Amino acid sequence: MQDSRRETLFGPGVPLRGNDIDTDRIIPARFLRTVTFDGLGDHAFEDDRLQLKEQGKVHPFDDPRFADGTILFVNKNFGCGSSREHAPQAIKRWGKCITAIVGESFAEIFFGNCVSLGVPCVTVDAVSADAIQSAIEADPNVAVKLDLRGKAVHVGVNRYPVEMGEGPRQQLVEGRWDTTGELLANMPKIRETANRLKYVSGYK
Amino acid sequence: MGKSLYEKVFERHTVALLPSGQVQLFMGLHLIHEVTSPQAFSMLDELGLKVAFPARTFATVDHIVPTTSQLRPLQDSLAEQMMVHLEGNVGRHGIRFFSPDKGEQGIVHVVGPEQGLTQPGMTICCGDSHTSTHGAFGAIAFGIGTSQVRDVLATQTLAMNRLKVRRIEVNGKLRPGVYAKDVALYVINRLGVNGGVGYAYEYAGEVFDNFSMDERMTVCNMSIEGGARCGYVNPDQTTYQYLKGRPFAPSGDAWAKAVADWDSMKSDSDAAFDDVVRYDAADIEPMVTWGIHPGQSLAVGDKIPAAVDAIADERESMTEAYRYMSFEPGQPINGTRIDVAFIGSCTNGRLSDFAEVARLIQGKNLKVASHVRALVVPGSQSMREEMIALGLDKIFATAGFEFREAGCSMCLAMNPDKLQGRQVCASSSNRNFKGRQGSPTGRTLLMSPAMVAAAAIKGEVTDARRLFGIA
Repeated sequence: MQDSRRETLFGPGVPLRGNDIDTDRIIPARFLRTVTFDGLGDHAFEDDRLQLKEQGKVHPFDDPRFADGTILFVNKNFGCGSSREHAPQAIKRWGKCITAIVGESFAEIFFGNCVSLGVPCVTVDAVSADAIQSAIEADPNVAVKLDLRGKAVHVGVNRYPVEMGEGPRQQLVEGRWDTTGELLANMPKIRETANRLKYVSGYK
Repeated sequence: MGKSLYEKVFERHTVALLPSGQVQLFMGLHLIHEVTSPQAFSMLDELGLKVAFPARTFATVDHIVPTTSQLRPLQDSLAEQMMVHLEGNVGRHGIRFFSPDKGEQGIVHVVGPEQGLTQPGMTICCGDSHTSTHGAFGAIAFGIGTSQVRDVLATQTLAMNRLKVRRIEVNGKLRPGVYAKDVALYVINRLGVNGGVGYAYEYAGEVFDNFSMDERMTVCNMSIEGGARCGYVNPDQTTYQYLKGRPFAPSGDAWAKAVADWDSMKSDSDAAFDDVVRYDAADIEPMVTWGIHPGQSLAVGDKIPAAVDAIADERESMTEAYRYMSFEPGQPINGTRIDVAFIGSCTNGRLSDFAEVARLIQGKNLKVASHVRALVVPGSQSMREEMIALGLDKIFATAGFEFREAGCSMCLAMNPDKLQGRQVCASSSNRNFKGRQGSPTGRTLLMSPAMVAAAAIKGEVTDARRLFGIA
């Protein structure tokens, strides 16, 4: 499918500083009381945003300077905590829709959930992460481009190499990240495996 | 070269190698609950697909259920809607539902083991990160997102990457008053909240050999808090004895065959691991978290660490933790006033957890402090019945604890059990993230059930060993 290929993604960028930003902060649990994912974007970081407001500060997701942002720049262990897919869904549905996340490191389940949604999570080193966040803070309209095929993120005139596991990167570039069809195609082998497993057949 | 349990289980469940380089892995057991399944079933409907292996799929409801009255319709209309969706979905697809009206409901990671569904050598998944709990049985058990729930419903498989394996040995003997929860927090403190990313954790050593299944479950449960998607303990006689006679455990002629099969899944003595760490049980003290992630913890007798002494990456989070928790570096954790005490959750909501606390408080005329609200939340309806039969409910009620219905309760803010304002909660659950327990400014201190009980009685964090005379 042409529109499922993730080759080049454009900004602007949104800088979100801090390590260990967990899924309870990304989408507080009270918003998980739902049977769809509709409307989750409005509640991304809701409590963090409120808290900063009370301190007289502005969360990047409330900052009009970053309201058009479509690529999120984070630091270490982003998305730690729950396996709730509501977290990447909320980020993906926020504002003009986040299409990619660039950071120092990601929690494993969060990373996998993002791939399932066609949202690449790529890594840069700590120095680059900080430099990029500073560049966007200085000029929110600086041109940002993630080249997933070429494994680099361009911020203004600067180019930073990015890393991503080769498997998921290829899936995203080739548009094969929506896995159900691929898994379903192996149904004969699935049944074979099931028959082979003694506990499935009841130890006959 | 021998193989680890992880490798053996991974290999025997491998269906195919996928173009992405990931492995298509068969899921032996798929557990579902009301929070992460509705959208997955909707996606299944949109794709015009059916559940491929309904007989390997089991459901319960735990996150949104009130622990007071479970009468329907639930007062919270969103929660009621989620119940209705789950009931509809399991009905349409022929999935066994451990429901409240059948007296079989409970926390999903309590129900699986108590029903004998969780068995060694299986792969187990659920749309819940604490699925790692089931690894205590020598299974490879991990949490998945809703889109993956859809994939498992449709195919009973997932696309997975092979993990590395870190063997964590805890040797020696735990000192009295030091529990499985303290071991879990100690390991996370040492290895960090992202130390396990990319790893499966194999827990081993004398301490684990001597642990009961409940204790193994407590530690495996919190693997994800250390970044490890799954954690396991090799199966042994303790495992088999626990399973024998349970509703879904093999029986008759199949039993001996099952035990032989399970035994063959154990890590070989010459298995190679990607990393090995060793800890001495004698070094582990009762632990309390002081901060805003489970790695920010300390021994009950210690003082809150200073950011300036920590590695650069941790300093900002520590500074924010001081602010959010209203703690100062150098402050002792002992004596921290609490408002709420919670004993329950998939981490420490099992019969032995409650029995141990009851043993400690019984006959000493100890009462929950007048300013503290203390909840005891059984992990399942059948456990609740057993607690009543054993008289534990009376012991707790006499001491001033509220004895509730089964559910996830105050672990996370999805049902009416929530903190208010800046309340401080001594909790036997697994996460202390900001706002976790339902108030955006609420504060969570994680600890063992014994320590929660002690804090409830003293009205502040205190060394349970002294309060209860544990020697």
